[in-house]
Amino acid sequence: MSESQALLRTEGLTKTFPGTRALDAVDFDLRAGEVHALLGENGAGKSTLIKCLTGAYRRDAGEILLEGAPIDPRDTQDALALGIGTVYQEVNLLPNLSVAENLLLGRQPRRVGLVRRRAMNDRARAMLARYGLSIDVTRNLDAYSVAIQQIVAIARAVSMSGRVLILDEPTASLDRDEVAMLFDVVRGLRDNGLGIIFISHFLDQVFEIADRVTVLRNGRLVGVHDIGGLDRLRLVNLMLGRELAEETRETGRGGIDYDAAPRLRFSGTGRRGAIAPFDLDVHRGEVIGVAGLLGSGRTETAELMFGAAPMDCGSVTSEGRPLRLASPRDAIGAGFGFSPEDRKTSGIIGDMSVRENIVLALQARQGWLRRVPMRRQRELADDFIKRLDIRTSDAEKPIGELSGGNQQKALLARWLATNPEFLILDEPTRGIDVGAHAEIIRMIEELCASGMSLLVISAELDELVAYSHRVIVVRDRVHVAELVGEAITTDAIVKAIARPAAEAGENAR
Amino acid sequence: MIAKTLLGAGLLASMTLLSSAALAQTVGFSQIGSESGWRAAETTVTRQEAEKRGIDLKFADAQQKQENQIKAIRSFVAQGVDAILLAPVVATGWDAVLQEAKEAEIPVILLDRMVDSDKDLYLTAVGSDLVHEGEVAGKWLVDEVGDRECNVVELQGTTGSSPAIDRKKGFEQAIADASNIKIVRSQTGDFTRAKGKEVMESFLKAEGGDTICALYAHNDDMAVGAIQAIKEAGLKPGSDILVVSIDAVPDIFQAMAAGEANATVELTPNMAGPAFDALAKYQADGTEPPKFIQTESKLYTQADDPMKVYEEKKSQGY
Amino acid sequence: MNGGAARLLRRIAPQLVTLAVILATIGFVFPGFFNIAFANERLYGSPIDILNRGAPVALLAIGMTLVIATRGIDLSVGAVMAICGAIAASAITAGYGLPLTLLMALGAGIACGLWNGLLVAVLGIQPIVATLILMVAGRGIAQLITEGAILTFNDAGLAYVGSGSFAALPMPAVLWLSVGVAVALLVRRTALGMLIEAVGVNRRASSLAGVSSRLLLITVYAISGLCAALAGIIVAADIRGADANNAGLFLELDAILAVVVGGTSLLGGRFSIIASLIGAMIIQSVNTGILVAGFPPEFNLVIKACIVLAILVLQSPALYGAAILLRRTS
Repeated sequence: MSESQALLRTEGLTKTFPGTRALDAVDFDLRAGEVHALLGENGAGKSTLIKCLTGAYRRDAGEILLEGAPIDPRDTQDALALGIGTVYQEVNLLPNLSVAENLLLGRQPRRVGLVRRRAMNDRARAMLARYGLSIDVTRNLDAYSVAIQQIVAIARAVSMSGRVLILDEPTASLDRDEVAMLFDVVRGLRDNGLGIIFISHFLDQVFEIADRVTVLRNGRLVGVHDIGGLDRLRLVNLMLGRELAEETRETGRGGIDYDAAPRLRFSGTGRRGAIAPFDLDVHRGEVIGVAGLLGSGRTETAELMFGAAPMDCGSVTSEGRPLRLASPRDAIGAGFGFSPEDRKTSGIIGDMSVRENIVLALQARQGWLRRVPMRRQRELADDFIKRLDIRTSDAEKPIGELSGGNQQKALLARWLATNPEFLILDEPTRGIDVGAHAEIIRMIEELCASGMSLLVISAELDELVAYSHRVIVVRDRVHVAELVGEAITTDAIVKAIARPAAEAGENAR
Repeated sequence: MIAKTLLGAGLLASMTLLSSAALAQTVGFSQIGSESGWRAAETTVTRQEAEKRGIDLKFADAQQKQENQIKAIRSFVAQGVDAILLAPVVATGWDAVLQEAKEAEIPVILLDRMVDSDKDLYLTAVGSDLVHEGEVAGKWLVDEVGDRECNVVELQGTTGSSPAIDRKKGFEQAIADASNIKIVRSQTGDFTRAKGKEVMESFLKAEGGDTICALYAHNDDMAVGAIQAIKEAGLKPGSDILVVSIDAVPDIFQAMAAGEANATVELTPNMAGPAFDALAKYQADGTEPPKFIQTESKLYTQADDPMKVYEEKKSQGY
Repeated sequence: MNGGAARLLRRIAPQLVTLAVILATIGFVFPGFFNIAFANERLYGSPIDILNRGAPVALLAIGMTLVIATRGIDLSVGAVMAICGAIAASAITAGYGLPLTLLMALGAGIACGLWNGLLVAVLGIQPIVATLILMVAGRGIAQLITEGAILTFNDAGLAYVGSGSFAALPMPAVLWLSVGVAVALLVRRTALGMLIEAVGVNRRASSLAGVSSRLLLITVYAISGLCAALAGIIVAADIRGADANNAGLFLELDAILAVVVGGTSLLGGRFSIIASLIGAMIIQSVNTGILVAGFPPEFNLVIKACIVLAILVLQSPALYGAAILLRRTS
């Protein structure tokens, strides 16, 4: 197939919403046999472009050409039939059906109206074998990891469409090994001649997998580049339209007086089946990073410290006095805050306004009888919207309609409104755009400078190194290492994560 | 409920010992349950009637379940009772067990409700005639108003139920020849007091209280509710608006005593009396009773010392 | 505050329009419908009847709105009405006096609500199943109290609750209007409303933000039980007797319908008590309209179903969206 022949092309694609022009005459082209990354901050127009391609939105102007012929998909089914399949960040399959049923739903082999189960399972196994996956297809989908679910989703989409595959942040909830596995699958599909559109916030991954990059900003096309001719800094600049002051720091930070009495002291706290008992002191103005693979016990550590999963052993003191942490309310009463990992299911109250989401924790702490006066609510909301640069038309917009990064900032505002002494952030920068990412890191640094203590969980090691005074490494539900100040480097963390447990215990600190 | 079943079971058990030695008649009675005041009164009256005649009554409460009734009949048969009274909870599904009773030569008499089985399988059925009840009520009204023009409002029973259909039909037949009486409004009150009151309110609004001459309610409960509505509208039930209803439950006698209701047609709880009489004749000289014995639909008016009837009825367990 | 009033008006506009259309239709079919007279120290007329007869459903709708806002449902309210009516009737005939009688009946309602709340909030049983238990058992309990018959009483004080009048309005209307205003103020002047909505939209996130969702759920079911108790007392007082078999029968469905017609989603979250109350009045207007119109009773349910269908279709988001689209393209 000739390189110049575009598989999928848009010309002057335009889409407006009340008040905003989400796509402004965008030209985009995808070749067969390439992985084409689509980059831009949230709100740049990536998802609008995708939704126009898959028929979820109707474009206002412009053309979509598939192999040179104009197409006009009315909905996602239509797009699938034309050959365009999509896999989203949140796998939208049916977790309570078997893998085989998910793969072949609606097209199961039938005999006189009845599903031929064995034939279906055989066919499903054959489909997955092409992706190097050999799993029990009769088990429910939710018995498998998100990575496997993603691959199942890809297999389903490819089998139904077969020309264009759109991957919308497929790696957001995967760990390193899983990403590698997924990328093998993607490369295989590319080599088979599929055109693949890849959307991700992880620039490393873009450099690893993409052949070409299209950058959008504010609904406009900024440029199309071969990956070979780009470096990281240039790409970030293209996306932001500005220079990032400093991307990463080499080692962790110092300046905490570890001889002073700690603000909080967790002694032997643990919970069976979640996290082994650990000791942890939290000092004033300190950022404690928590590193570990997915499922290592890092989220469990946070939930335990916030009272969301009650501890079954150990004790906690605050400024030397005993502290009871049986529920989130106890923790909030003691001046804690907790922004959970899963923003959608555990963080935002989707149908409610930005204002109400920001006020919620403060209101809950005050109790239902003492309502925060409406004027004060508005002040708080407007203040934080300005301070944290939350992009929303106004404070009364439902938070669910905001982009991920802005939701995260609003959640941060929810806790800042309570003036916490100790803030726990579980993956505060996951799945959000580069600009918001940088702002949240800046916030973390500002907050600790003002005397707040933070515990931050992140899979982005560069990020942890940049802001942490101390890093706890978790593996197999045990705190296995603690790195302080200059000892914190990406290398050291990776080594601690990889080192066998017996050795790590001796070498900690 | 549980206590009652245990009591029933206990009676049955002790009966096995007695039956061979018994000189008096032994009759089994399979009752539906005690879902309404009338049902409770039927049970009480049946017991009283049996006692009056020196009959040993074996009572079994089925708690609204046909399977319990079938079990009870089988055990009556096994114990060799002289006759069985059955108030069937449903109409179908009785063929087999009735056949068993017939083969054991035990006559079965149905009370109050009918079954869809072959007529040979039971001796007779005792019950009231719903159409006739409506006729009695209508006839009373025809006699009461004479030549006066009379607009009647009607509170029907639950739409589609056989009492609602038949009591309406009987009443209409009775007033068919009286051109001065006509039904101006007819609406369902679901046999309940609350709906009776609500619907009467709307009748009063729609027709205007002074144009309504009489109320005919398919049961007393709706009439009692409607009486309150009439009073609240500033009218006198019983004189401004005549009130006639059916069933003869105790509360309507209170209203009659107060002059607020005029007449009620009794749905007698005494189904057992005629049943026992027919049974006695049949056993004495083999006289086959008719297949349906209609109970009397007695008319009560304010002239019948309503307070006394009220006390009497109360004691029957309404 | 002006902005708030405008927002409220915008929220309840569809319900108000629906109510107006239904009333106008009835008025067209039956011209004397809006006549209101003053007799026996109270207003008298069909519109007043709607306020009066709508009391049980309106009261149930108040509690049901809060329960539905937490993404729950309370199927037991009809049975709770029967229980509390039976308790009121038996307490007054046993000579406990009016204050104690009311206290006992209302207390029983709260107890029923607490039971539902415990099943839902503490044991984590799905609301539809949890309240189904009391829906089935409750009527049995009421029948045990009345021993299957209609338990009548003649206490003028208790009867006043059902058929007396206050400030020229029937007592039931006065009661539901004041309870409605009181609860609406309670949830909006305090933070209760917002916290209920938060729990309804996302219980886990609310709990993590420090909302005591468990306590909130129990409270909401208790309020629903209390409203049902008051409705039960009114119904019993109205006919001066507790009818355990029929009191509140199927009224839970009318209450849910009132909430839905009022525009509160069964998926929880945003709610409006005032809209639900208008919903209850819409339903009662339909009921009263059918009675006044004088159709044969066989048509009652069909007519009601058709009207409700029309209302829900008119209020459906799909149609709303189509209307906006039409307006924009024209």
